[in-house]
Amino acid sequence: MRRGPVLVIVVLAAALVGLLSYGVAQRGEDRSIATALAAGERSPAPESTQALAVLGGDGETGSVSDYRGKVVVLNVWASWCDPCKDELPLLERTHRRILPRGGTVLGLNVRDVSTSALELVREFGLSFPSLRDRDAEVTRAFGTPKYPETYVLDRSGRVAAHNIGPVTQAWLDAKLRPLLAERA
Amino acid sequence: MRVVLLALLLTAFLPGVALAAVPTLPDVEDEVMCTECGTPLNVSQAPVADEQRRLIQRLIDQGRSKAEIKTVLEAEYGPRVLAVPSQGGFDEAAWLVPVGVGLLGLGGVAYAAGRWRRGRDDGGAPLTHAAPPLDPAATRRLDAELAAYDR
Repeated sequence: MRRGPVLVIVVLAAALVGLLSYGVAQRGEDRSIATALAAGERSPAPESTQALAVLGGDGETGSVSDYRGKVVVLNVWASWCDPCKDELPLLERTHRRILPRGGTVLGLNVRDVSTSALELVREFGLSFPSLRDRDAEVTRAFGTPKYPETYVLDRSGRVAAHNIGPVTQAWLDAKLRPLLAERA
Repeated sequence: MRVVLLALLLTAFLPGVALAAVPTLPDVEDEVMCTECGTPLNVSQAPVADEQRRLIQRLIDQGRSKAEIKTVLEAEYGPRVLAVPSQGGFDEAAWLVPVGVGLLGLGGVAYAAGRWRRGRDDGGAPLTHAAPPLDPAATRRLDAELAAYDR
């Protein structure tokens, strides 16, 4: 059998396998935040400059990096997520408590219908801002496997704490106190 | 009389035309994706899928067409909600890999067909590897041996 056609087939098959492997690797969960936190380090918030629509903002856009200089409680939520709804009152209280101390809660409303999300904002009287992560691009970059999930960012925009599932008062107090005491 | 018959015929068809413009939930469900689970919406039981179905039904109740519903869904959830690969990035592989495999297969078939045809063009004789030509000394020795055999 001639070498030429065999070589072409081998190269094409290798290219296909390479393409599939790249795709699988690209879609794997990003655990670099968890790895950094486990080592006691803080990693930069991924995709923090990505422009997202402000929920209820009438075309206005914003990004996570707009809040640099503040301690940010970044909470991933959706109106169809029952555990997300359960923690909203706690997050609203936290927002009002940390606002005078240079902190804020920032919602990341993911894969949601804007009208449903706004209904929830009205129902719970939420005053903290939320960005619409329509395609879950930012959420995926954080490596969020499920909802709700909460990250606490320091004043430099680095991820200093991470919680999977609904947050508790005790957890928020433990993470926020030292970060709010840090200067920018 | 003809005008009356024509009018009757038109009114008979109008309801059918009206029905065709407004889709049903199953009509739309199998052409959009659950954005969380990546499966067609009609097979997903995820909470986000329920939310998507509620939105679709609200739009159907408003009398929107399928195209309008898909436009709203794309605006709310992004292009991934539509059951076609998005443009760019690794999702291009969803088109490229099947085409690539198909071309590879066609290439293989064409190559095999070409070899089979070359074998047939030799008068139908099976393909053999041609022996190298004998040198003159070997030819003379062979002729001498054949001549001795004939005696």
